[in-house]
Amino acid sequence: MHATNALAEADRLMTICNSCRYCEGLCAVFPAMEMRRAFPDGDLNYLANLCHNCGACYHDCQFSPPHEFNVNVPKVLARTRAESYEQYAWPPVFARAFRRNGLVVASVLALCVAGFVAGFMALSDPRVMFSAQTGPGAFFRIMPHNVMATLFGAAFLFAIVAIAMGVRAFWRDIGAPIGVGDIGQAADDAARLRYLDGGGAGCANGSERPSDRRRLFHHLTFYGFMLCFAATSVATLYHYLLHREAPYPWYDLPVVFGVLGGLGLIVGPLGLLSEKWRRDPQTRDDASAGMDAAFLAMLLATSVSGFALLLLRATPAMGTLLALHLGVVFALFVTLPYGKFVHGVYRFAALTRYAQERREFLGGHK
Amino acid sequence: MSATMVESASHKAASRSKPGGALHDVLVVGGGNAALCAAIAARRAGASVLVVEAAPRFYRGGNTRHTRNMRCAHDTATGFLSGPYPEEEFWEDLLRVTEGQTDEQLARFMIRESKEVLDWIVEQGVRFQPSLGGTLSLGRTNSFFLGGGRAMLNALYQTAERLGVEIRYDTEVVDLTIDDGAFVSASARKDGEVRRIEARALVAASGGFEANIDWLKEGWGEIAENFLIRGTPYNRGSMLRMLFERGVHSIGDVTQCHAVAIDARAPKFDGGIITRLDCVVFGIVVNQDCERFYDEGEDIWPKRYAIWGRLVARQPNQIAYIVFDAKSLEMFMPSLYPPIKADSIGELAQKLGLNPEKLAATVDKFNAAVRPGTFDHTILDDCRTEGLTPDKTHWARRIDEGPFYAYPVRPGITFTYLGVKVDRGARMIMQNGSPSPNMFAAGEIMAGNVLGRGYAAGIGMTIGSVFGRIAGREAAEHARH
Repeated sequence: MHATNALAEADRLMTICNSCRYCEGLCAVFPAMEMRRAFPDGDLNYLANLCHNCGACYHDCQFSPPHEFNVNVPKVLARTRAESYEQYAWPPVFARAFRRNGLVVASVLALCVAGFVAGFMALSDPRVMFSAQTGPGAFFRIMPHNVMATLFGAAFLFAIVAIAMGVRAFWRDIGAPIGVGDIGQAADDAARLRYLDGGGAGCANGSERPSDRRRLFHHLTFYGFMLCFAATSVATLYHYLLHREAPYPWYDLPVVFGVLGGLGLIVGPLGLLSEKWRRDPQTRDDASAGMDAAFLAMLLATSVSGFALLLLRATPAMGTLLALHLGVVFALFVTLPYGKFVHGVYRFAALTRYAQERREFLGGHK
Repeated sequence: MSATMVESASHKAASRSKPGGALHDVLVVGGGNAALCAAIAARRAGASVLVVEAAPRFYRGGNTRHTRNMRCAHDTATGFLSGPYPEEEFWEDLLRVTEGQTDEQLARFMIRESKEVLDWIVEQGVRFQPSLGGTLSLGRTNSFFLGGGRAMLNALYQTAERLGVEIRYDTEVVDLTIDDGAFVSASARKDGEVRRIEARALVAASGGFEANIDWLKEGWGEIAENFLIRGTPYNRGSMLRMLFERGVHSIGDVTQCHAVAIDARAPKFDGGIITRLDCVVFGIVVNQDCERFYDEGEDIWPKRYAIWGRLVARQPNQIAYIVFDAKSLEMFMPSLYPPIKADSIGELAQKLGLNPEKLAATVDKFNAAVRPGTFDHTILDDCRTEGLTPDKTHWARRIDEGPFYAYPVRPGITFTYLGVKVDRGARMIMQNGSPSPNMFAAGEIMAGNVLGRGYAAGIGMTIGSVFGRIAGREAAEHARH
């Protein structure tokens, strides 16, 4: 019947929940469930990716363990969701990266950093690499800009293609029609993390006493990430359009965006890690712990190494720190399609589908 | 008074009588909506409060865990109510469902108080969800708890704990000392050890006795053995029994309760809402002799919902079968267990353990009696039978499109009405007619004062919150003097 045990259990739970419906005000999952009477695997994967894991439904449920019906929606959907990432991975040969994901990501990171350090040592002049370099083009005396742009452009492009193929597989699996008309609603829902608050009380992360900390830290992480992305984009435009070369002065946009984003990417991931630590063991999917921690650690490594480079860029340590930072960023790029990062992409796709369904459903019930 | 002033006043009161824990101002027995409303109201009025709940922490709150909404009068639409529900309309609804078996003065008083409770309960941290347009059609009259009854309970417990109410789980009251109608002390058992608890006032909010099958048998006879209990297994009525034995006036009838027809495959206790079946109107209902016994199309929800428990209780072996066909399968809310399915009526009968010829004959006879009409299950339509005993007066459609389906159903007891008599101060009335000076009751244990029979959705929670709040306030007032 179902492809995995988690999907079979998710089907059992959704059948129970659909005959109760007390949780329909908590988030998007339960209203989406109510539009169905049966739950094939694609629908379960859709609901699993729609779930923001706020935990409210577990504490509100009269049938959660130790009740004999043993209803634990957050935990079962978390497992289902993690398994769906593996199912949609492209190329399929890399799907196994989702198993023991922490180890895979750490290994890739080590390899990338070692690669950049070794590459710099082998290809650049040691007198440049280990001496203070200042002024425009200082970075590119160690690694030529075109080489940097080509390498990172290729890694980034690969990540985009792999992720897009994953979304395509997801979209087909959940049986959604082609259409992007509801992206605006989904973007609004995602930008606010509308469904991470248990319907208004807050996220029941650690216990039945809700708080809004997880949403705050996620906002810091997400907007920190976007600001860092903006910093890189602006710098690229400066380079090609204005012919202004990095490093830029501290008051210039790439540095301002990078610093603000970097701060978000330090406080946010640290906060999310501590929230993971605080998570109620009852609603935690332990099998995903490595994947979750690995992505947060990668974001943290990116921001910390970026700050180190900013602070020490006028010293002889700059060359080594540049290798370290670029190694981390390169590892981040190539592991994007094979780690926790994809949760955001599938969640966004699920929200788009939800907005679409809701519009059609309400339209049919006017 | 502002909330902070109330809180600081209550802290002062707590320090007056708390040390040693020997004497509490108010002892609340029970842990559901009524108990917590009483505890919070008493604490906010400055009393020190101890709550003893017989159930373990997870099962705290009795049947409140299984509730979903409350019915309160209100004069205007709100963010979670789609329109006004005037006091008079509430009263008329109550009069209709109880067929007059209510205390008009007390009921009207409760309805008036319910208006204020709607705001008060929100101030205690309870959240409601926006009004529903969906299947329940109660969006105007009833306020729905965001996340359901357990979420509501969690909010009340958090507020009670924050205010300094002491709560003990797994603690069952096993004895009461009552002197001339006045509460003196209770003995409570926890971990096998019995301890005496003294308090200036008692609030009994420990629910009914529906989980006590032996007590149900006193009214129903042996057939109660075949009843399923939809809610908590902890409502054994031991408090109620002790109060009766110690001279408190009873009210109501031991057989009166809210009983609906639920899936016969449900667990004996605590199956809750998900075992409910609301498809009676879409087919026919037969007993184990394959005979129809009541008009399946008599009335629309929720009235029809509330009568079928008692109807099935009167059938042999307290079991019945809802039989319908493919065209009706997706017209009602799904439930926990899938229907039993077969390609023919005969095969369906075999799967149900019924006589195939007899069931086929009953269905054939029904089909032949169906008159043409326009089917609409949202109104009392004109689809009916002619010449049957009993006729199906609405929504009668031939059962002729395979596959055929059936749900076995049994009476599901939700809550009982036999309780202690109270006045409008929630004060218990003794058998000699005089009110107790310091014993109060709220919730299911006194629901029979308002609800002598019948049921209206969400009214149990109204009784609990309104009288819980009054009982807590009055108990605190008594303790202070």
